[in-house]
Amino acid sequence: MPQMNMIQAINSALDVMLERDANVVLMGQDVGYFGGVFRCTDGLQRKYGEPRVLDTPIAEGGIVGAAIGMGVHGLKPVVEIQFADYAYPAFDQIVSELARLRYRTAGEFHAAVTVRMPCGGGIRGGQTHSQSPEGIFTHVCGIKVVMPSNPYDAKGLLISAIEDADPVIFFEPKRIYSGPFDGEHEKAAVPWSAHPKGDVPAGHYSVPLSRAEIVRSGSQVTVVAYGTMVHVAQAAVARSGVDAEIIDLRTLAPLDTDTLCASVNRTGRCVIVHEATRFSGFGAELSATVQETCFWNLLAPIERVTGWDTPYPHAFEWEYFPGPDRVAAAISRVMEAP
Amino acid sequence: MTRVSRLHIPRPPARPGQTPDFSYLQTSPAGAMAQPEVMAAFTDMEYLATGLVRVLDDQHVAVGPWNPHLEPDELQVGLRHMLLTRLFDQRMQTIQRQGRISFYLRSLGEEAVSISQAMALRPDDMLFPGYRNQGLHIARGHSLVDLMCQCLSNTRDMCKGRQMPIMYHWQSGNIFSISGNLATQYPQAVGWAMASALKGEDRIAAAWTGEGSTAEADFHYGMTFAAVYRAPVILNIVNNQWAISSFQGLAGGEQRSFAARGPGYGIPGIRVDGNDFLALHAVTTWAAERARRGGGPTLIESVTYRAAAHSTSDDPARYRPKDDWQAWPLGDPIERLKQHLIALGEWSAQRHEQLARELDAHVAECWKQAQNAGTMTEGPRLDPRTMFEDVFATMPPHLLRQRQQLDQELVAATKDATPT
Repeated sequence: MPQMNMIQAINSALDVMLERDANVVLMGQDVGYFGGVFRCTDGLQRKYGEPRVLDTPIAEGGIVGAAIGMGVHGLKPVVEIQFADYAYPAFDQIVSELARLRYRTAGEFHAAVTVRMPCGGGIRGGQTHSQSPEGIFTHVCGIKVVMPSNPYDAKGLLISAIEDADPVIFFEPKRIYSGPFDGEHEKAAVPWSAHPKGDVPAGHYSVPLSRAEIVRSGSQVTVVAYGTMVHVAQAAVARSGVDAEIIDLRTLAPLDTDTLCASVNRTGRCVIVHEATRFSGFGAELSATVQETCFWNLLAPIERVTGWDTPYPHAFEWEYFPGPDRVAAAISRVMEAP
Repeated sequence: MTRVSRLHIPRPPARPGQTPDFSYLQTSPAGAMAQPEVMAAFTDMEYLATGLVRVLDDQHVAVGPWNPHLEPDELQVGLRHMLLTRLFDQRMQTIQRQGRISFYLRSLGEEAVSISQAMALRPDDMLFPGYRNQGLHIARGHSLVDLMCQCLSNTRDMCKGRQMPIMYHWQSGNIFSISGNLATQYPQAVGWAMASALKGEDRIAAAWTGEGSTAEADFHYGMTFAAVYRAPVILNIVNNQWAISSFQGLAGGEQRSFAARGPGYGIPGIRVDGNDFLALHAVTTWAAERARRGGGPTLIESVTYRAAAHSTSDDPARYRPKDDWQAWPLGDPIERLKQHLIALGEWSAQRHEQLARELDAHVAECWKQAQNAGTMTEGPRLDPRTMFEDVFATMPPHLLRQRQQLDQELVAATKDATPT
């Protein structure tokens, strides 16, 4: 089986879908001739032509607005927002238009647009190239929100997103584009070729949306994570020596509450990990869901491990980043609770 | 001596109690503007962006190179649609005042824009209306009963009770949905047109927005994308001088016409008398042909006047002179087309009155029918459980649970209401 990093896996998903479905078009700033600043669309314009892999003006609201119009005319646009931090000019088009079109027309019109955006920090990107705004989008009804943690899932989930009849916001944690970064930033980088999820089939396959994956079975505590934090959680669990169950949510909305709550009901403890800021973050929703469903089985208060409620500071990104130490400390606290 | 900068704050020329003053409005005589070749370079037609294309002169005669030479029966159809729009608006306004719908918004004084432009386009062209373009639906023959049922949010409502009144859509009639957020339809129409070109079709898109909304980023997104890809789209600005209480100067219309933004983007800009049915038809036909032949987008500014309040929630007497429409230099579009037809010997005051009576009776009959599908207080009502549908193509588990919860609430409420 071919080995791919996450960039190659995303490229492969786009390639497969451009090949299979003449209605699929890619568009975004720098995605065409150049192949994207992160190279996710490398070579695709050469292969499928300029009209189907379209370089656009730097206008996120225009990119998404035009993609909606294309979607209404039967195309399946896959849009790249160069950094998730740049999605805000497109916010109205995503929230008021893309997410609501099917609803407000009682199903007569819809636009099946996939919006890809690299997110997350740890690349010295400062406060405008490091954000994880998934919680802003999970609060919007009518869009699906996905964040893969590895190349295999990235390809399979992106294919599912493009094939889905509803709009999908597809977050790509850019710190793990080239390897399964676990937060130990001083260690030598590990490539995806050394990881089982770097084995990616060349052809078409899909990973279903709204289905979480248990990446490590365990009995004492459930650690819930997604994106980069799945690998951080694994490092923290290895360090703590606790028999933890690690859940990779993969799709944040609509959420697979069954897998999450079944696990917590079994383990009685829950640690939620995300890189985004804490207050009103997605972890709050997860915590509330677990509390509402698993309260009588909980042995300890639910813990949230997150980025601090500050912008992502350029000079202090590792003090900001919720690394394995912070996660391991939370695991210890829930284990020690009386 | 210190020099200081000064903030210029645009003001309308007249406020309540003052005499209406439209001396700011620059017009051109009917027939004065040359008509360029359809595929001419935009640089060869910049005069169109600051002049005013007019066909009907003060004697109600069609003159000049933009005269579309429409047959009398086409003009009569246009007159009929405009009159129907006005009478429909009038009745819905009254119905709102009686508390039978929550909101309404008339297009009084600017009926020609939607009617004439829709008639100049092909039925398979895709229209992306603003909220005051009910005439597009009427010109394309959308049933008034359906429009009324939308305003009633009743069991026949195309939006299933999810939208405020007037936010219609019509998929089979190729009319897109009205959002409520302004100018969002501009880049969407451009995207639709880009898709049409990608598919090798000759269908074009047309979008409308008010002059006030040209200040929104979406207007500029639409213009940029249309210009960059030379999309087959007509982008319309309906300059009715007012955005609720904001005079057009506040949207940037004081220094230069809105149409003149077109050439700035490399797009032809045409400023047209928006109360002149013939001029609108000619300009739209020209722009549509240009788009269909691969010449790309055109920006059309229709100069008109919002004769009525912004909506039933607005009272213009608080910010502009009463009856100012009477002083509007470009008159009333219906009266002007009527006089033109009379001058042609193809119409009469008597026929006009008879038509108005017929149409009004038709509107009244439609209202009766619409109420059969339920009103805000009586008759059948949409099932509230349907509110969970169409959020997604397939209802996900959390919405199934919430629908079940609502269902329990509704059952409990019914039990409470049942006399024992």
